[in-house]
Amino acid sequence: MKYTRVSICLAFCIRALCGCIVRSFPKHDFKQPAVFFSNHTSNLDFPVIWATLPKQLRGKVRPLAAADYWSNGKLRPFLSTQIFNAILIERKAVTRENNPLPRMQEALDAGSSLIIFPEGTRSLSGEIAPFKPGIHHLAESQKDRPFIPVYLENLFRILPKGERFPLPLVATLHFGEPIYWQEGESRNDFLERARLALVELQPKATNDSE
Amino acid sequence: MNLGIDTELLILVGMVIALISLAHGIARGMRNRLDPTGSGTFYQNLMARIYAWWGMIAVLAVALLLGEIGTLIIFAIISFQALREFVTMTPTRPGDHRALCWSFFFILPAQYLAIGLDLEVMSWIFIPVYAFIFMPVRAALAEDTVDFLSRTAKAQWALMICVYFVSHGPMLLMIDIPGYEAENMKLLFFIILIVQLSDVLQYVWGKSIGKTPISKKLSPNKTVEGLVGGIASTSLVGALLWWATPFSPWGAWGISIVLCLMGFLGGLVLSAIKRDRGIKDYGTMIPGHGGMMDRIDSLCFAAPVFYRIVLFYYGT
Repeated sequence: MKYTRVSICLAFCIRALCGCIVRSFPKHDFKQPAVFFSNHTSNLDFPVIWATLPKQLRGKVRPLAAADYWSNGKLRPFLSTQIFNAILIERKAVTRENNPLPRMQEALDAGSSLIIFPEGTRSLSGEIAPFKPGIHHLAESQKDRPFIPVYLENLFRILPKGERFPLPLVATLHFGEPIYWQEGESRNDFLERARLALVELQPKATNDSE
Repeated sequence: MNLGIDTELLILVGMVIALISLAHGIARGMRNRLDPTGSGTFYQNLMARIYAWWGMIAVLAVALLLGEIGTLIIFAIISFQALREFVTMTPTRPGDHRALCWSFFFILPAQYLAIGLDLEVMSWIFIPVYAFIFMPVRAALAEDTVDFLSRTAKAQWALMICVYFVSHGPMLLMIDIPGYEAENMKLLFFIILIVQLSDVLQYVWGKSIGKTPISKKLSPNKTVEGLVGGIASTSLVGALLWWATPFSPWGAWGISIVLCLMGFLGGLVLSAIKRDRGIKDYGTMIPGHGGMMDRIDSLCFAAPVFYRIVLFYYGT
């Protein structure tokens, strides 16, 4: 990577701004690429996961990001292509040419891990929406590939949809045990199981009177 | 405010370093008795606390030696961390986003800037008057009225405790005390030392002879015996340190008692907030100590009272 120093500084800044406390990092050795999947509530989601991963892993992880947002302007294309090494995907019209699945498979075959947001879009309420089928297509074609759930807490409050300025609260990343696609599992079963893995990572509600 | 390095301050820092070294040495020496299995959590917790004290004295010493600007920056960072822990812990709504951004990135730096510029009156009223008005106005402009009063109260509390009260530490540097010019840094060191020592000694007394809990619901570790023993021993240390302050020995003794009591009450109030939110610690920033808020809870309430006492009885 060309911009090693820039990326180390940026990772440090993101961690300083967002707190980034990690709960239970998986005991996976990461010699095999893995797929991190996470709840999506803010534009800071994948930068936070990226910045929290150990340095060696950070260079080998490729987030999936929306092309319309991340190729806009001057700074965002630089960050997404040079620093985060993102796979930019079209959200609007998926055709045979811009189908992201082959590119994700290529990246995994080349030894990169992925960060994906199976809900497809940012949640407005902080609730975890039903998953889009994309994660199932990927899992089906990648047997024995670990899918690691990462529940992001408080990102929703740090940078909600529609706000430009982040609030420097303490974000917590809850990593869960990897799940694997099982032979003969139906699409809905897998999507529900993956979603539940994420839901279960949510910290239990305290005696919330509000 | 021209604060050079003075020898009495160096003696104070040296004494604290000697004290932590002693605690470190005793803990190490008694390792076999405290931790016979080699995996006891009490011993690990104790060592984590000792390392955290080393870290704190290092930060504090650097700040004190750098003088006023260093102290302001360190306290601003402490406020920032405390504020983010406090706001993270309290539920907010999207309508609070902008107001809270202002409190982190404008109100907090402005308060410390006012102190740095010696704007004494501004540093007294900026948060209790202007920020108090600003926060609900900004939240009202966001047009979200759900839980409006309680949300506003939380944001105002967060600012008062984490920014206003904490900033009374460096505000001590602004006081003009006849015959004590350029020595105010020792006052700051005095209050931090007394309050932290009182925490430790209350814990030690409580662990050794404590029987009667003061409030089972809030903090089962706080006992009457611990409180009395802690206050008695800490105020004795405070009185013996009179030479570093503008106070007489009796004055230093009385002020130390007030500081211990305020520290105790501050800890009690912030525990009540934690119980309300159903959490044990505010954060995990300092190993063995919980978060920043858990460490400075007693300072929060002691600092404004100490500042008022010094200003009223000793300032010009």
